[in-house]
Amino acid sequence: MIDPLRSDLVPLAILAGIGTYAARALPLLATGADRLPAPVLAYLRLIGPAVLGAIAAVNVFVDDASLRLGPEAVAVVVGALIGRWRDSLLVGMAATVLAVLLLRATIAA
Amino acid sequence: MSGADAKQLRAARRQLAIDSIGIWVLAIVIGTIFGFTAREGGLSLIETAAFSAFLFAGAAQFAAVGLLAVAAPWASIVLLVWLLNARHFLYAASIAPHAAALPRRVRAGLAYLLTDEAFALTSAHVARLGRMDLSGAWYAGFAIFVPWNLATLAGWLAGAALPDPATIGLDVAFPASMAGLAVGLVRDRAALAALVAGSAAAVGSALLVNASAAVMIGGLLGPLVGLVVVNRRRATR
Repeated sequence: MIDPLRSDLVPLAILAGIGTYAARALPLLATGADRLPAPVLAYLRLIGPAVLGAIAAVNVFVDDASLRLGPEAVAVVVGALIGRWRDSLLVGMAATVLAVLLLRATIAA
Repeated sequence: MSGADAKQLRAARRQLAIDSIGIWVLAIVIGTIFGFTAREGGLSLIETAAFSAFLFAGAAQFAAVGLLAVAAPWASIVLLVWLLNARHFLYAASIAPHAAALPRRVRAGLAYLLTDEAFALTSAHVARLGRMDLSGAWYAGFAIFVPWNLATLAGWLAGAALPDPATIGLDVAFPASMAGLAVGLVRDRAALAALVAGSAAAVGSALLVNASAAVMIGGLLGPLVGLVVVNRRRATR
């Protein structure tokens, strides 16, 4: 039985959080971020699509250090395109969930 | 603020609110799973809540619990978490030029809430408006923080009673939200090139190096390819 109020690992959570917060805060707290050269600003603008795409791609195309081309990958790509077409993340996510359920049912049948 | 600006701001905030619904669902589902997983891994309610409140980074929290389950030393857990979350540096750097005019304490507060999902929502909101909207940025952060922490508690207390997310298709909610927001940020060829190159580089890195470094590599290389595309187009004109 776990004591719900035990707090032995709270310092570990705080330590892990300190480094995470530093990564999140240092660029925001540095001065002069609005006076960066134009190429640097252009580079920073492109980080969003690159890093979010990277997270999604690794999640659906890689499994245990192997390439995976399953229904999840198809559903995520289809859902993202539908979301873009309808200009709605919610519609895109709903389409992804429906697509993955349909594809899994089709494969299982 | 002119009438047109106010109308644009209202429309952008409405879109932010709609987009955040999917993120709430995501935070509730994954947060619940985390709470349940942490309990299964032997963490108390207070310890589980501390990870969600102080660390507040989904993948890193799961990794930490996994390492605790195999009795890994604290130093290796902290190091792994810091490496996993190093990509947040890129998020902050990307938002920093838009936030430079805000007071330092406000930027410090926003930084605390800067997760994958908050960055994604904030970036899309900034892209729609062409500037930072402080209310929108706070909303994006708390739209994750509040459901994530409440779901963590619920998962610890009642997780075993909940259905497996894969049976209702919600296991793809996280990559779906990231892909949807990435595609939504594509406004020109440079952004498209950054998205495609970043994704390809990340997959290649995950296969050849490791998954935790892959996102950083994709996030750093993708924008470089995007800049090359822009410069080539300029050079050919």
